[in-house]
Amino acid sequence: MKNELNHKLIQIKNLKKYYPVTAGLFSRHIGDIKAVDGVTFDISEREIIGLVGESGCGKSTLGKTIPRLEEPTSGEILYRGTDITKLDKKGLRELRGEIQIIFQDPDASLDPRMTVGDSICEPLVIHNIDNEKKRMDRVAELMEQVGLEARQADLYPHEFSGGQKQRIGIARALALNPKLIIADEPVSALDVSIQAQILNLMMDIQEKFGLAYLLIAHDLSVIRHMAHRVAIMYLGKIVELANKQELFENPLHPYTEALLSAVPSFKSKGKGRILLRGDVPSPLNPPSGCHFHPRCHRVLHICSKEEPLLTEMAQDHFVACHLYR
Amino acid sequence: MNNAVLKVSNLKTYFFTGRGTVKAVDGVDFELRRGECLCLVGESGCGKTVTALSILRLFDSPPGKIVDGRVSYDGLDLVKCPSKRLRQIRGKDIAMVFQEAQSALNPVFTIGDQITEQIKLHIPVGYARAKDRAITLLSEVGIPSAESVMSYNPHQLSGGMKQRVLIAMGLSCDPKILIADEPTTAVDVTIKAQILDIFRELKTSRQMSTIFITHDLAVVAEIGDRAVVMYGGKDVETAPVSEIIGNAKHPYTSGLIACLPDIAKSTGRLTSIPGATPNPLEMPQGCAFHPRCPKAMEVCSQQEPTETTISKEHKVNCHLYT
Repeated sequence: MKNELNHKLIQIKNLKKYYPVTAGLFSRHIGDIKAVDGVTFDISEREIIGLVGESGCGKSTLGKTIPRLEEPTSGEILYRGTDITKLDKKGLRELRGEIQIIFQDPDASLDPRMTVGDSICEPLVIHNIDNEKKRMDRVAELMEQVGLEARQADLYPHEFSGGQKQRIGIARALALNPKLIIADEPVSALDVSIQAQILNLMMDIQEKFGLAYLLIAHDLSVIRHMAHRVAIMYLGKIVELANKQELFENPLHPYTEALLSAVPSFKSKGKGRILLRGDVPSPLNPPSGCHFHPRCHRVLHICSKEEPLLTEMAQDHFVACHLYR
Repeated sequence: MNNAVLKVSNLKTYFFTGRGTVKAVDGVDFELRRGECLCLVGESGCGKTVTALSILRLFDSPPGKIVDGRVSYDGLDLVKCPSKRLRQIRGKDIAMVFQEAQSALNPVFTIGDQITEQIKLHIPVGYARAKDRAITLLSEVGIPSAESVMSYNPHQLSGGMKQRVLIAMGLSCDPKILIADEPTTAVDVTIKAQILDIFRELKTSRQMSTIFITHDLAVVAEIGDRAVVMYGGKDVETAPVSEIIGNAKHPYTSGLIACLPDIAKSTGRLTSIPGATPNPLEMPQGCAFHPRCPKAMEVCSQQEPTETTISKEHKVNCHLYT
């Protein structure tokens, strides 16, 4: 039992992140946007978890809440047994060396007035690691690891292409030898032919350094390619969580089914597609009961009244749906 | 051949900038046939959007200029025809659906105002008739309670809804040709499926000819009849979609297909195309793709490949087949 506990890198328990909505002259509190609303899952060492959902489902907020770039409203985040939510400033800084983020838009996440060498070096400076000389060696090493040339360290971000900028983002994330990298849509801003390069690089690095990834993406084919386990999110909640194989071949939740069938593919030509009605509802005023019920093609009477809980249906296959009670 | 409703031949659109000439479109040929969905495929910067904009001369000039080529439509050359005549064609005969619905709609006018404006401009009807027509169109593209949506401002609609409004706007004057520029790129998968479905339905119900611009080959496989693959401002391969997917000849096309992670199976490493798309100011000599091409030969860096016919419907610009 103890062994298994050690195996877990991150354990998230009933995590919530609400954004208060105010109105009027006195900023009266009129409600909450429940961006993350009671999420529980864990990430093992060296594991790649795919987190999938449509825009506005709270997947990015969840990613930002784990290293506390956003303060969680309630819940626990255990990193190797320590509760991140209770760390003080100093503890948090140390922790952030272990958990790094790669952002979606490489353009926006690099300072245009810093050379890329300085950008990659910055985490080392902040954490006061090594002296100047050693840091420059480390930068050169990192750049080579992500497929750039060390002499490019003196260039500015605008001199690089989108794919190269994403490599710089990856190098910077690797600088502190993290254990977990949260990658928020790392390839969605890139061209198809470049996407494959970056995905391959991420796989190589994961193997080489024994990293765990929380891979946030809306593109299911990317997830299918990379992840070990997949969590499907809808309006702030995880609706299904399973091993990749299991989830793609035997999806249980109607939303997962619809998502999978919606992906354009060379073979289907749109046949057998489950078309969802309407859009994702506003998280400010989510539907009662199961949040998905107004769009669900297998809706039951109970769905609008009672919220389904995430339960284990088969081994390691969790689903929150009334169909499987 | 007479089946063609639009024919683009040797189209060249250059942008004359302070830093040099960008040959955004550099000799593109294709024809659009009646009732078909023709896909223009390629990565960013390959010239697919500029090709579409050139058909209707919708880019800023200067710096842009069509330096050569013809766009034949209905006995007219759209490159040379006077702008007054072209204005009658835009939106009426050839309509366009733009990429980012957010920026294509005017935030200060209601949806109803924006759709009826176009109808009234091209068809001699009064406001009431135009309004009825707009409501019918909105329902046709799957907008629920179309009547109330008419009085909404764009910010009240979701991304998918805005994209539908744009499609309805494009359809408003029964165009013969609809040009859709990446209409599914900025939306979620489930919405993407809905929008592709609309295009599929429109094809059967209206027999419209569509030019569909996308970077996503899976989308092409779903809705396209024929596809033109573009790279570095040129069309490198033209063929029916089944040929493009199953029997691609150009190394760039096969590379693009190979590097797509497929939802149906999980493979090990992805095949990737090395390098990056070339800087438009410094296009490589010869075939623009040769520095990234796994099958590059000596001739590729020296001479530009010309069009080779593989079969009646399948044409490719590559030295491998000459």
